[in-house]
Amino acid sequence: MTTVNIPTADLTTPLGRAIAFIWQEAELLDRKDYEAWGALWADDGYYIVPIDPDATDFAATLNYAYDDARMRRLRIDRFASGFSMSAADSATTVRTVSRFALANTDGDEVEIRSAQLLAAYKRGTTTLFAGNLTHRVRFTADGPRLVQKVIRLVNSQDALNALGFLL
Amino acid sequence: MNAPLRFHPRTPDSTYADLVQDGAVDPALYTDPQIFDVEMDKIFMKTWVWVAHVSELPKAGDFRSTFVGRNPVIVVRDRQNNIHVLENRCRHRGATVCEKTKGNATGFTCPYHSWSYGLDGKLRGLPYADGYENVIEKSDLPLKSLKVGVYAGMIFASYNEEIEPLEDFLGNAKHWIDLFMKQGAGFPIKTQGEHKFSFKGNWKIQLENTTDGYHFPVVHKTFLQSVDDETSEMLSFMTDEESITRSLGNGHSVMVMVPEHVDLDVDDGTEQLQERFAHVIKALSKDYPPEQVRRIVRSLHGAGFNLNLFPNVAMSMSFFRVLRPVSVDETEIRHVALGMDGGPEIANRERMRIHEHFQGPFGFGSPDDAEAWERVQSGARAGRDVPILVNRGLNREWQDQNGDKVSHSTDETGMRGAYAMWKRMMSK
Repeated sequence: MTTVNIPTADLTTPLGRAIAFIWQEAELLDRKDYEAWGALWADDGYYIVPIDPDATDFAATLNYAYDDARMRRLRIDRFASGFSMSAADSATTVRTVSRFALANTDGDEVEIRSAQLLAAYKRGTTTLFAGNLTHRVRFTADGPRLVQKVIRLVNSQDALNALGFLL
Repeated sequence: MNAPLRFHPRTPDSTYADLVQDGAVDPALYTDPQIFDVEMDKIFMKTWVWVAHVSELPKAGDFRSTFVGRNPVIVVRDRQNNIHVLENRCRHRGATVCEKTKGNATGFTCPYHSWSYGLDGKLRGLPYADGYENVIEKSDLPLKSLKVGVYAGMIFASYNEEIEPLEDFLGNAKHWIDLFMKQGAGFPIKTQGEHKFSFKGNWKIQLENTTDGYHFPVVHKTFLQSVDDETSEMLSFMTDEESITRSLGNGHSVMVMVPEHVDLDVDDGTEQLQERFAHVIKALSKDYPPEQVRRIVRSLHGAGFNLNLFPNVAMSMSFFRVLRPVSVDETEIRHVALGMDGGPEIANRERMRIHEHFQGPFGFGSPDDAEAWERVQSGARAGRDVPILVNRGLNREWQDQNGDKVSHSTDETGMRGAYAMWKRMMSK
Protein backbone atom coordinates (compact mmCIF):
# COMPACT_ATOMS: atom_id res chain seq x y z
CA MET A 1 0.00 0.00 0.00
CA THR A 2 1.29 3.41 -0.95
CA THR A 3 1.48 5.98 1.77
CA VAL A 4 0.26 9.34 0.57
CA ASN A 5 1.64 12.24 2.50
CA ILE A 6 -0.94 15.00 2.36
CA PRO A 7 0.28 18.24 3.98
CA THR A 8 -2.01 19.97 6.44
CA ALA A 9 -3.76 22.97 4.93
CA ASP A 10 -2.12 25.89 6.62
CA LEU A 11 -2.55 29.42 5.31
CA THR A 12 0.25 30.71 7.54
CA THR A 13 3.03 28.95 5.59
CA PRO A 14 4.58 30.75 2.58
CA LEU A 15 2.56 28.48 0.26
CA GLY A 16 -0.60 29.17 2.26
CA ARG A 17 -0.05 32.93 2.28
CA ALA A 18 0.56 32.88 -1.46
CA ILE A 19 -2.63 30.87 -2.05
CA ALA A 20 -4.69 33.36 -0.08
CA PHE A 21 -3.11 36.17 -2.10
CA ILE A 22 -3.82 34.42 -5.43
CA TRP A 23 -7.45 33.87 -4.44
CA GLN A 24 -7.72 37.55 -3.61
CA GLU A 25 -6.26 38.40 -7.01
CA ALA A 26 -8.77 36.10 -8.76
CA GLU A 27 -11.64 37.76 -6.94
CA LEU A 28 -10.49 41.25 -7.97
CA LEU A 29 -10.21 40.15 -11.60
CA ASP A 30 -13.69 38.60 -11.67
CA ARG A 31 -15.03 41.81 -10.10
CA LYS A 32 -13.05 43.77 -12.73
CA ASP A 33 -11.62 45.95 -9.99
CA TYR A 34 -8.52 46.65 -12.07
CA GLU A 35 -7.28 49.57 -9.95
CA ALA A 36 -7.12 47.33 -6.89
CA TRP A 37 -5.56 44.58 -9.01
CA GLY A 38 -2.89 47.02 -10.26
CA ALA A 39 -1.97 47.78 -6.63
CA LEU A 40 -1.09 44.11 -6.02
CA TRP A 41 1.95 44.41 -8.27
CA ALA A 42 5.58 45.11 -7.57
CA ASP A 43 6.97 47.86 -9.84
CA ASP A 44 9.31 45.40 -11.54
CA GLY A 45 6.55 42.85 -12.14
CA TYR A 46 5.49 41.32 -15.45
CA TYR A 47 2.05 40.05 -16.48
CA ILE A 48 2.58 37.57 -19.32
CA VAL A 49 0.33 35.53 -21.58
CA PRO A 50 2.67 33.54 -23.85
CA ILE A 51 1.69 31.98 -27.17
CA ASP A 52 4.45 29.38 -27.43
CA PRO A 53 3.84 26.80 -24.66
CA ASP A 54 7.57 26.19 -24.31
CA ALA A 55 8.66 29.82 -24.16
CA THR A 56 10.78 30.83 -21.18
CA ASP A 57 12.59 33.89 -22.59
CA PHE A 58 9.43 35.96 -22.95
CA ALA A 59 11.22 39.15 -24.00
CA ALA A 60 12.64 37.33 -27.02
CA THR A 61 9.34 35.89 -28.25
CA LEU A 62 5.99 37.21 -29.36
CA ASN A 63 3.38 36.92 -26.60
CA TYR A 64 -0.30 37.76 -26.34
CA ALA A 65 0.57 40.07 -23.46
CA TYR A 66 3.94 41.08 -22.02
CA ASP A 67 3.07 43.88 -19.62
CA ASP A 68 5.56 45.73 -17.49
CA ALA A 69 4.35 48.43 -15.07
CA ARG A 70 3.85 50.93 -17.90
CA MET A 71 1.79 48.58 -20.06
CA ARG A 72 -0.26 47.42 -17.07
CA ARG A 73 -1.08 51.04 -16.28
CA LEU A 74 -2.09 51.67 -19.91
CA ARG A 75 -4.20 48.50 -20.00
CA ILE A 76 -6.03 49.43 -16.78
CA ASP A 77 -6.65 52.96 -18.12
CA ARG A 78 -8.00 51.48 -21.35
CA PHE A 79 -10.41 49.19 -19.52
CA ALA A 80 -11.57 52.06 -17.30
CA SER A 81 -11.92 54.66 -20.06
CA GLY A 82 -15.37 53.64 -21.27
CA PHE A 83 -14.24 54.18 -24.88
CA SER A 84 -13.10 50.62 -25.57
CA MET A 85 -16.17 48.79 -26.80
CA SER A 86 -14.65 45.36 -26.20
CA ALA A 87 -14.00 46.30 -22.56
CA ALA A 88 -17.24 48.22 -22.05
CA ASP A 89 -19.18 45.18 -23.25
CA SER A 90 -16.81 42.53 -21.95
CA ALA A 91 -17.72 39.03 -20.85
CA THR A 92 -18.76 38.25 -17.29
CA THR A 93 -16.13 35.95 -15.85
CA VAL A 94 -16.09 33.33 -13.11
CA ARG A 95 -12.78 31.68 -12.35
CA THR A 96 -11.45 29.15 -9.92
CA VAL A 97 -7.77 28.72 -9.15
CA SER A 98 -6.65 25.49 -7.56
CA ARG A 99 -4.13 22.58 -7.69
CA PHE A 100 -1.51 24.75 -6.00
CA ALA A 101 2.09 23.60 -5.79
CA LEU A 102 5.10 25.35 -4.37
CA ALA A 103 7.56 25.37 -7.27
CA ASN A 104 10.39 27.36 -5.73
CA THR A 105 11.40 29.51 -2.80
CA ASP A 106 14.03 32.20 -3.24
CA GLY A 107 14.60 34.50 -0.25
CA ASP A 108 11.40 36.49 0.23
CA GLU A 109 9.91 35.22 -3.06
CA VAL A 110 7.89 32.09 -3.77
CA GLU A 111 6.89 30.62 -7.10
CA ILE A 112 3.51 28.90 -7.15
CA ARG A 113 2.09 26.71 -9.90
CA SER A 114 -1.66 26.34 -10.17
CA ALA A 115 -4.55 25.54 -12.49
CA GLN A 116 -7.16 28.08 -13.56
CA LEU A 117 -10.56 27.35 -15.07
CA LEU A 118 -12.30 30.49 -16.24
CA ALA A 119 -15.77 30.67 -17.76
CA ALA A 120 -16.48 33.83 -19.75
CA TYR A 121 -20.08 34.58 -20.64
CA LYS A 122 -21.02 37.03 -23.37
CA ARG A 123 -24.04 37.31 -25.65
CA GLY A 124 -25.37 33.81 -25.14
CA THR A 125 -21.99 32.11 -25.35
CA THR A 126 -19.92 30.75 -22.48
CA THR A 127 -16.27 30.19 -23.35
CA LEU A 128 -13.87 28.16 -21.25
CA PHE A 129 -10.33 29.45 -20.78
CA ALA A 130 -8.29 26.71 -19.14
CA GLY A 131 -4.70 27.44 -18.25
CA ASN A 132 -1.72 26.71 -16.09
CA LEU A 133 -0.62 29.64 -13.98
CA THR A 134 2.70 30.51 -12.45
CA HIS A 135 2.74 33.27 -9.86
CA ARG A 136 5.89 34.72 -8.36
CA VAL A 137 4.96 36.42 -5.12
CA ARG A 138 7.29 38.60 -3.06
CA PHE A 139 6.54 39.04 0.64
CA THR A 140 7.33 42.62 1.58
CA ALA A 141 6.81 44.72 4.70
CA ASP A 142 3.73 46.16 2.95
CA GLY A 143 2.32 42.71 2.26
CA PRO A 144 2.62 40.29 -0.66
CA ARG A 145 3.28 41.69 -4.15
CA LEU A 146 3.06 40.07 -7.58
CA VAL A 147 6.43 39.87 -9.31
CA GLN A 148 5.39 37.71 -12.23
CA LYS A 149 2.22 36.03 -13.44
CA VAL A 150 2.38 33.73 -16.44
CA ILE A 151 -0.84 32.36 -17.90
CA ARG A 152 -0.31 29.40 -20.22
CA LEU A 153 -3.62 28.71 -21.91
CA VAL A 154 -4.01 25.09 -22.99
CA ASN A 155 -5.15 26.35 -26.42
CA SER A 156 -2.71 29.25 -26.71
CA GLN A 157 -1.75 28.27 -30.26
CA ASP A 158 -5.33 28.09 -31.52
CA ALA A 159 -7.38 31.04 -32.64
CA LEU A 160 -8.81 32.72 -29.53
CA ASN A 161 -11.73 35.07 -29.34
CA ALA A 162 -10.81 38.66 -28.60
CA LEU A 163 -10.75 39.40 -24.86
CA GLY A 164 -11.98 42.46 -23.06
CA PHE A 165 -10.90 41.25 -19.61
CA LEU A 166 -7.82 39.89 -17.87
CA LEU A 167 -6.94 36.23 -17.35
CA MET B 1 -23.80 65.89 -58.67
CA ASN B 2 -24.28 62.30 -57.62
CA ALA B 3 -27.58 60.49 -57.84
CA PRO B 4 -29.17 59.74 -54.48
CA LEU B 5 -28.75 56.17 -53.31
CA ARG B 6 -30.95 53.74 -55.16
CA PHE B 7 -30.79 50.18 -53.96
CA HIS B 8 -32.59 47.26 -55.50
CA PRO B 9 -33.16 44.56 -52.88
CA ARG B 10 -32.58 40.94 -53.70
CA THR B 11 -35.38 39.06 -55.46
CA PRO B 12 -35.62 35.38 -56.39
CA ASP B 13 -34.34 36.35 -59.85
CA SER B 14 -31.29 38.28 -58.62
CA THR B 15 -27.93 37.08 -59.86
CA TYR B 16 -24.88 37.30 -57.58
CA ALA B 17 -23.72 40.27 -59.65
CA ASP B 18 -26.98 42.09 -58.86
CA LEU B 19 -26.12 42.04 -55.16
CA VAL B 20 -23.22 44.46 -55.60
CA GLN B 21 -24.55 47.81 -56.74
CA ASP B 22 -23.08 51.28 -57.00
CA GLY B 23 -21.64 51.95 -53.53
CA ALA B 24 -24.02 49.52 -51.85
CA VAL B 25 -24.00 45.78 -51.29
CA ASP B 26 -26.73 43.41 -50.24
CA PRO B 27 -26.43 42.23 -46.60
CA ALA B 28 -26.91 38.67 -47.88
CA LEU B 29 -23.22 38.83 -48.78
CA TYR B 30 -22.50 38.54 -45.04
CA THR B 31 -25.26 36.17 -44.03
CA ASP B 32 -26.24 33.71 -46.79
CA PRO B 33 -24.51 30.32 -46.37
CA GLN B 34 -25.19 29.47 -50.01
CA ILE B 35 -23.35 32.58 -51.20
CA PHE B 36 -20.46 31.56 -48.94
CA ASP B 37 -20.28 28.13 -50.60
CA VAL B 38 -20.24 29.72 -54.05
CA GLU B 39 -17.54 32.19 -52.95
CA MET B 40 -15.33 29.28 -51.90
CA ASP B 41 -15.67 27.77 -55.40
CA LYS B 42 -15.64 30.89 -57.54
CA ILE B 43 -13.13 32.97 -55.59
CA PHE B 44 -10.94 30.90 -53.26
CA MET B 45 -10.64 27.92 -55.64
CA LYS B 46 -10.04 30.17 -58.65
CA THR B 47 -7.64 32.93 -57.68
CA TRP B 48 -4.20 33.30 -56.09
CA VAL B 49 -4.43 32.82 -52.33
CA TRP B 50 -1.54 33.80 -50.02
CA VAL B 51 -0.20 30.81 -48.08
CA ALA B 52 3.15 31.72 -46.47
CA HIS B 53 6.23 33.92 -46.47
CA VAL B 54 9.55 32.45 -47.64
CA SER B 55 11.18 33.19 -44.28
CA GLU B 56 8.91 30.54 -42.74
CA LEU B 57 10.61 27.87 -44.89
CA PRO B 58 14.34 28.66 -44.90
CA LYS B 59 15.61 25.04 -45.18
CA ALA B 60 14.78 21.89 -47.14
CA GLY B 61 12.01 20.00 -45.35
CA ASP B 62 10.61 23.10 -43.62
CA PHE B 63 6.86 23.22 -43.87
CA ARG B 64 3.83 25.00 -42.56
CA SER B 65 0.24 23.85 -42.82
CA THR B 66 -2.50 26.29 -43.70
CA PHE B 67 -5.67 26.58 -45.79
CA VAL B 68 -6.72 27.63 -49.26
CA GLY B 69 -10.37 28.50 -48.74
CA ARG B 70 -11.64 25.58 -46.68
CA ASN B 71 -9.03 23.13 -47.93
CA PRO B 72 -6.13 22.15 -45.69
CA VAL B 73 -2.77 22.44 -47.49
CA ILE B 74 0.92 22.10 -46.66
CA VAL B 75 3.50 24.60 -47.90
CA VAL B 76 6.87 22.86 -48.04
CA ARG B 77 10.40 23.34 -49.38
CA ASP B 78 11.91 20.23 -51.03
CA ARG B 79 15.56 19.17 -51.34
CA GLN B 80 15.87 20.85 -54.73
CA ASN B 81 14.78 24.12 -53.07
CA ASN B 82 11.40 24.14 -54.83
CA ILE B 83 8.37 25.29 -52.87
CA HIS B 84 5.33 23.04 -53.16
CA VAL B 85 1.81 23.62 -51.96
CA LEU B 86 0.20 20.21 -51.43
CA GLU B 87 -3.28 19.25 -50.40
CA ASN B 88 -3.13 17.93 -46.83
CA ARG B 89 -5.14 14.86 -47.73
CA CYS B 90 -4.01 11.28 -48.21
CA ARG B 91 -4.88 9.88 -51.63
CA HIS B 92 -6.09 6.63 -50.05
CA ARG B 93 -8.96 7.44 -47.69
CA GLY B 94 -8.65 11.16 -47.19
CA ALA B 95 -6.97 11.61 -43.79
CA THR B 96 -4.73 14.63 -43.24
CA VAL B 97 -1.07 13.66 -43.47
CA CYS B 98 0.17 16.53 -41.27
CA GLU B 99 -1.39 17.98 -38.13
CA LYS B 100 1.48 20.25 -37.12
CA THR B 101 1.27 23.96 -37.91
CA LYS B 102 4.96 24.13 -38.79
CA GLY B 103 8.12 22.12 -38.56
CA ASN B 104 10.72 20.21 -40.54
CA ALA B 105 10.06 16.82 -42.12
CA THR B 106 11.63 14.33 -44.51
CA GLY B 107 8.19 13.55 -45.89
CA PHE B 108 4.59 13.06 -44.82
CA THR B 109 3.11 9.76 -43.69
CA CYS B 110 -0.58 9.16 -43.31
CA PRO B 111 -1.30 7.88 -39.78
CA TYR B 112 -4.14 5.63 -40.95
CA HIS B 113 -2.43 3.07 -43.27
CA SER B 114 1.08 4.53 -43.51
CA TRP B 115 1.03 5.71 -47.08
CA SER B 116 4.10 7.92 -47.25
CA TYR B 117 4.76 10.92 -49.46
CA GLY B 118 7.91 12.83 -50.36
CA LEU B 119 8.42 16.56 -49.83
CA ASP B 120 7.37 17.02 -53.46
CA GLY B 121 4.12 15.14 -52.77
CA LYS B 122 5.06 11.96 -54.66
CA LEU B 123 3.70 8.72 -53.18
CA ARG B 124 6.85 6.89 -52.08
CA GLY B 125 5.57 3.85 -50.31
CA LEU B 126 2.63 1.94 -48.93
CA PRO B 127 2.61 -1.17 -46.76
CA TYR B 128 1.57 -4.65 -47.98
CA ALA B 129 1.71 -3.55 -51.58
CA ASP B 130 0.61 -6.95 -52.93
CA GLY B 131 -3.04 -5.93 -52.66
CA TYR B 132 -2.36 -3.11 -55.12
CA GLU B 133 -0.48 -5.01 -57.83
CA ASN B 134 -2.14 -4.17 -61.15
CA VAL B 135 -4.60 -2.02 -59.21
CA ILE B 136 -2.78 1.32 -58.88
CA GLU B 137 0.39 3.02 -60.07
CA LYS B 138 2.07 4.96 -57.30
CA SER B 139 3.00 7.66 -59.79
CA ASP B 140 -0.73 8.32 -60.33
CA LEU B 141 -1.33 9.13 -56.69
CA PRO B 142 0.78 12.04 -55.44
CA LEU B 143 -0.67 14.50 -52.93
CA LYS B 144 -2.62 16.93 -55.05
CA SER B 145 -0.38 19.83 -55.93
CA LEU B 146 -1.42 23.47 -56.36
CA LYS B 147 0.08 26.03 -58.67
CA VAL B 148 2.64 28.16 -56.80
CA GLY B 149 3.71 31.76 -57.37
CA VAL B 150 6.20 33.81 -55.37
CA TYR B 151 6.63 37.57 -55.45
CA ALA B 152 9.02 39.42 -53.12
CA GLY B 153 8.98 36.48 -50.71
CA MET B 154 5.18 36.29 -50.62
CA ILE B 155 4.07 32.74 -51.52
CA PHE B 156 0.71 32.34 -53.21
CA ALA B 157 -1.05 29.18 -54.38
CA SER B 158 -3.93 28.48 -56.71
CA TYR B 159 -6.16 25.55 -57.55
CA ASN B 160 -6.74 27.14 -60.95
CA GLU B 161 -4.26 25.74 -63.50
CA GLU B 162 -5.42 28.34 -66.05
CA ILE B 163 -4.84 31.31 -63.76
CA GLU B 164 -2.96 34.37 -65.01
CA PRO B 165 0.67 34.74 -63.86
CA LEU B 166 0.95 35.98 -60.25
CA GLU B 167 2.71 39.18 -61.34
CA ASP B 168 -0.18 40.06 -63.67
CA PHE B 169 -2.69 39.36 -60.91
CA LEU B 170 -0.80 41.63 -58.50
CA GLY B 171 -0.42 44.35 -61.16
CA ASN B 172 -0.18 47.80 -59.62
CA ALA B 173 0.05 46.24 -56.14
CA LYS B 174 3.63 45.05 -56.88
CA HIS B 175 5.00 48.57 -56.50
CA TRP B 176 3.48 48.76 -53.00
CA ILE B 177 4.75 45.29 -52.04
CA ASP B 178 8.24 46.47 -52.94
CA LEU B 179 7.77 49.61 -50.83
CA PHE B 180 6.43 47.52 -47.92
CA MET B 181 9.54 45.32 -47.86
CA LYS B 182 11.76 48.38 -47.33
CA GLN B 183 10.93 48.27 -43.62
CA GLY B 184 13.66 45.62 -43.42
CA ALA B 185 16.03 48.63 -43.49
CA GLY B 186 18.47 46.73 -45.68
CA PHE B 187 17.78 43.32 -44.12
CA PRO B 188 15.37 40.77 -45.60
CA ILE B 189 11.97 40.61 -43.89
CA LYS B 190 11.29 37.62 -41.66
CA THR B 191 8.20 36.53 -39.76
CA GLN B 192 8.59 36.43 -35.98
CA GLY B 193 5.51 34.84 -34.48
CA GLU B 194 1.82 35.45 -34.94
CA HIS B 195 -1.40 36.19 -33.13
CA LYS B 196 -4.39 34.15 -34.16
CA PHE B 197 -7.95 34.99 -33.27
CA SER B 198 -11.42 34.42 -34.61
CA PHE B 199 -14.58 36.46 -34.74
CA LYS B 200 -18.19 35.59 -35.43
CA GLY B 201 -18.57 37.33 -38.72
CA ASN B 202 -18.16 37.07 -42.47
CA TRP B 203 -14.68 37.23 -44.03
CA LYS B 204 -15.50 40.29 -46.13
CA ILE B 205 -16.10 42.37 -42.99
CA GLN B 206 -12.42 41.85 -42.21
CA LEU B 207 -11.38 42.38 -45.84
CA GLU B 208 -13.09 45.79 -45.78
CA ASN B 209 -11.56 46.80 -42.46
CA THR B 210 -7.95 46.92 -43.66
CA THR B 211 -8.92 49.62 -46.14
CA ASP B 212 -11.22 51.45 -43.68
CA GLY B 213 -9.49 54.60 -42.47
CA TYR B 214 -12.81 56.00 -41.30
CA HIS B 215 -13.10 53.73 -38.24
CA PHE B 216 -9.64 54.33 -36.86
CA PRO B 217 -10.11 57.29 -34.47
CA VAL B 218 -13.47 55.93 -33.32
CA VAL B 219 -12.77 52.25 -32.69
CA HIS B 220 -9.15 52.77 -31.68
CA LYS B 221 -9.59 55.77 -29.42
CA THR B 222 -8.19 53.91 -26.40
CA PHE B 223 -5.22 52.69 -28.42
CA LEU B 224 -4.44 56.26 -29.51
CA GLN B 225 -4.76 57.41 -25.90
CA SER B 226 -2.25 54.75 -24.86
CA VAL B 227 0.57 55.79 -27.20
CA ASP B 228 2.90 58.77 -27.02
CA ASP B 229 2.01 62.03 -28.72
CA GLU B 230 4.33 61.42 -31.67
CA THR B 231 2.69 58.09 -32.52
CA SER B 232 -0.75 59.56 -32.07
CA GLU B 233 0.21 62.47 -34.35
CA MET B 234 1.70 60.02 -36.89
CA LEU B 235 -1.67 58.26 -37.09
CA SER B 236 -3.78 61.41 -37.31
CA PHE B 237 -4.54 61.10 -40.99
CA MET B 238 -8.25 61.93 -40.88
CA THR B 239 -7.83 65.44 -42.23
CA ASP B 240 -4.47 64.99 -43.97
CA GLU B 241 -4.96 65.52 -47.70
CA GLU B 242 -1.88 63.49 -48.55
CA SER B 243 -3.40 60.53 -46.80
CA ILE B 244 -5.06 58.78 -49.72
CA THR B 245 -6.44 55.42 -50.70
CA ARG B 246 -5.95 53.78 -54.08
CA SER B 247 -7.95 51.02 -55.68
CA LEU B 248 -5.20 49.15 -57.56
CA GLY B 249 -7.27 46.77 -59.70
CA ASN B 250 -8.18 43.07 -59.24
CA GLY B 251 -9.66 43.94 -55.85
CA HIS B 252 -6.35 45.12 -54.36
CA SER B 253 -6.09 48.48 -52.65
CA VAL B 254 -3.74 50.56 -50.56
CA MET B 255 -4.55 53.06 -47.82
CA VAL B 256 -1.83 55.54 -46.91
CA MET B 257 -1.91 56.57 -43.25
CA VAL B 258 1.60 57.97 -42.81
CA PRO B 259 2.57 59.69 -46.10
CA GLU B 260 6.15 60.40 -44.93
CA HIS B 261 6.69 56.65 -44.41
CA VAL B 262 5.43 55.44 -47.79
CA ASP B 263 9.00 55.08 -49.09
CA LEU B 264 11.25 54.47 -46.09
CA ASP B 265 14.34 55.07 -48.23
CA VAL B 266 13.33 58.71 -48.56
CA ASP B 267 14.26 60.77 -45.52
CA ASP B 268 14.49 64.54 -45.64
CA GLY B 269 15.92 64.54 -42.12
CA THR B 270 13.18 66.68 -40.60
CA GLU B 271 11.44 63.85 -38.76
CA GLN B 272 12.27 63.66 -35.06
CA LEU B 273 12.84 60.08 -33.93
CA GLN B 274 10.42 59.17 -31.19
CA GLU B 275 11.60 59.68 -27.62
CA ARG B 276 10.12 56.33 -26.55
CA PHE B 277 12.72 54.58 -28.74
CA ALA B 278 15.65 56.29 -26.98
CA HIS B 279 16.89 53.00 -25.48
CA VAL B 280 16.83 51.36 -28.94
CA ILE B 281 18.67 54.28 -30.53
CA LYS B 282 21.31 54.21 -27.80
CA ALA B 283 21.89 50.47 -28.18
CA LEU B 284 21.95 50.53 -31.99
CA SER B 285 24.36 53.46 -32.05
CA LYS B 286 27.09 51.19 -30.64
CA ASP B 287 26.98 48.96 -33.74
CA TYR B 288 25.60 51.06 -36.58
CA PRO B 289 26.30 54.44 -38.18
CA PRO B 290 23.74 57.20 -37.45
CA GLU B 291 22.06 56.95 -40.90
CA GLN B 292 21.45 53.22 -40.43
CA VAL B 293 20.18 53.74 -36.87
CA ARG B 294 17.75 56.33 -38.21
CA ARG B 295 16.69 54.01 -41.01
CA ILE B 296 15.95 51.15 -38.59
CA VAL B 297 14.12 53.29 -36.05
CA ARG B 298 11.99 55.04 -38.69
CA SER B 299 10.94 51.54 -39.84
CA LEU B 300 9.89 50.21 -36.41
CA HIS B 301 6.24 51.03 -37.08
CA GLY B 302 6.51 49.54 -40.55
CA ALA B 303 5.50 51.12 -43.83
CA GLY B 304 3.09 54.05 -43.78
CA PHE B 305 0.24 52.17 -45.41
CA ASN B 306 -2.06 49.14 -45.43
CA LEU B 307 -1.90 47.15 -48.68
CA ASN B 308 -4.90 44.89 -49.09
CA LEU B 309 -4.49 41.99 -51.53
CA PHE B 310 -7.71 40.31 -52.61
CA PRO B 311 -8.90 37.97 -51.24
CA ASN B 312 -6.98 36.92 -48.12
CA VAL B 313 -3.86 38.86 -47.17
CA ALA B 314 -2.98 42.39 -46.19
CA MET B 315 0.43 43.88 -45.69
CA SER B 316 -0.59 46.19 -42.93
CA MET B 317 2.04 48.69 -41.79
CA SER B 318 4.34 46.35 -39.81
CA PHE B 319 2.64 42.94 -40.12
CA PHE B 320 0.75 40.55 -42.39
CA ARG B 321 -2.95 40.12 -41.76
CA VAL B 322 -4.19 36.81 -43.12
CA LEU B 323 -7.84 35.87 -43.13
CA ARG B 324 -9.36 32.42 -43.37
CA PRO B 325 -13.06 32.06 -44.10
CA VAL B 326 -14.37 29.32 -41.78
CA SER B 327 -18.09 29.62 -42.44
CA VAL B 328 -20.49 32.35 -43.52
CA ASP B 329 -20.38 33.83 -40.02
CA GLU B 330 -16.97 32.83 -38.72
CA THR B 331 -13.54 34.05 -39.77
CA GLU B 332 -10.10 33.29 -38.43
CA ILE B 333 -7.41 35.96 -38.58
CA ARG B 334 -3.67 35.73 -38.17
CA HIS B 335 -1.57 38.79 -37.45
CA VAL B 336 1.96 37.79 -38.41
CA ALA B 337 4.70 39.86 -36.76
CA LEU B 338 7.67 40.85 -38.92
CA GLY B 339 11.29 41.61 -38.21
CA MET B 340 14.68 42.04 -39.85
CA ASP B 341 16.30 38.73 -40.77
CA GLY B 342 19.83 39.05 -39.38
CA GLY B 343 18.99 42.50 -38.06
CA PRO B 344 19.61 43.88 -34.57
CA GLU B 345 17.85 41.88 -31.86
CA ILE B 346 16.89 44.93 -29.82
CA ALA B 347 14.97 46.41 -32.76
CA ASN B 348 13.28 43.10 -33.55
CA ARG B 349 12.18 42.84 -29.91
CA GLU B 350 10.84 46.37 -30.01
CA ARG B 351 8.81 45.39 -33.07
CA MET B 352 7.32 42.46 -31.12
CA ARG B 353 6.35 44.79 -28.26
CA ILE B 354 4.68 47.17 -30.74
CA HIS B 355 2.84 44.19 -32.25
CA GLU B 356 1.64 43.00 -28.83
CA HIS B 357 0.42 46.51 -28.02
CA PHE B 358 -2.14 46.66 -30.85
CA GLN B 359 -2.67 43.17 -32.25
CA GLY B 360 -4.22 39.92 -31.22
CA PRO B 361 -6.89 38.87 -28.72
CA PHE B 362 -5.14 40.79 -25.90
CA GLY B 363 -4.07 43.82 -27.93
CA PHE B 364 -5.30 47.37 -27.50
CA GLY B 365 -6.67 47.40 -31.06
CA SER B 366 -7.85 44.02 -32.36
CA PRO B 367 -10.45 43.28 -29.64
CA ASP B 368 -12.25 46.53 -30.42
CA ASP B 369 -12.15 45.75 -34.14
CA ALA B 370 -13.55 42.26 -33.48
CA GLU B 371 -16.32 43.76 -31.36
CA ALA B 372 -17.31 46.11 -34.19
CA TRP B 373 -17.22 43.30 -36.77
CA GLU B 374 -19.42 41.02 -34.66
CA ARG B 375 -21.90 43.88 -34.33
CA VAL B 376 -21.92 44.17 -38.14
CA GLN B 377 -22.66 40.46 -38.48
CA SER B 378 -25.49 40.66 -35.91
CA GLY B 379 -26.99 43.83 -37.33
CA ALA B 380 -26.79 42.72 -40.96
CA ARG B 381 -29.39 40.06 -40.20
CA ALA B 382 -31.98 42.81 -39.83
CA GLY B 383 -33.65 44.29 -42.90
CA ARG B 384 -33.08 42.33 -46.10
CA ASP B 385 -33.89 45.40 -48.14
CA VAL B 386 -31.39 47.65 -46.37
CA PRO B 387 -27.99 47.80 -48.08
CA ILE B 388 -24.52 47.90 -46.58
CA LEU B 389 -23.07 51.23 -47.70
CA VAL B 390 -19.64 51.51 -49.26
CA ASN B 391 -20.22 54.85 -51.00
CA ARG B 392 -18.12 57.20 -48.89
CA GLY B 393 -16.02 59.48 -51.10
CA LEU B 394 -17.84 58.75 -54.39
CA ASN B 395 -18.10 62.53 -54.69
CA ARG B 396 -14.33 63.06 -54.72
CA GLU B 397 -12.86 59.90 -56.23
CA TRP B 398 -10.65 60.40 -59.30
CA GLN B 399 -8.71 58.22 -61.69
CA ASP B 400 -4.93 58.34 -61.90
CA GLN B 401 -3.04 57.90 -65.19
CA ASN B 402 -2.04 54.35 -64.21
CA GLY B 403 -5.69 53.41 -63.84
CA ASP B 404 -5.82 53.54 -60.01
CA LYS B 405 -8.94 55.06 -58.51
CA VAL B 406 -7.87 57.52 -55.84
CA SER B 407 -9.61 59.21 -52.94
CA HIS B 408 -9.03 60.19 -49.33
CA SER B 409 -7.87 57.43 -46.95
CA THR B 410 -11.15 57.60 -45.03
CA ASP B 411 -13.10 56.87 -48.22
CA GLU B 412 -14.45 53.50 -49.26
CA THR B 413 -12.72 53.38 -52.64
CA GLY B 414 -10.72 50.27 -51.72
CA MET B 415 -13.85 48.43 -50.60
CA ARG B 416 -15.59 49.30 -53.84
CA GLY B 417 -12.59 47.87 -55.70
CA ALA B 418 -12.78 44.65 -53.69
CA TYR B 419 -16.51 44.32 -54.32
CA ALA B 420 -16.01 44.99 -58.04
CA MET B 421 -13.59 42.05 -58.08
CA TRP B 422 -16.07 39.94 -56.07
CA LYS B 423 -18.73 40.78 -58.65
CA ARG B 424 -16.44 39.89 -61.54
CA MET B 425 -15.46 36.53 -60.07
CA MET B 426 -18.95 35.60 -58.88
CA SER B 427 -20.35 36.36 -62.37
CA LYS B 428 -18.13 33.79 -64.09
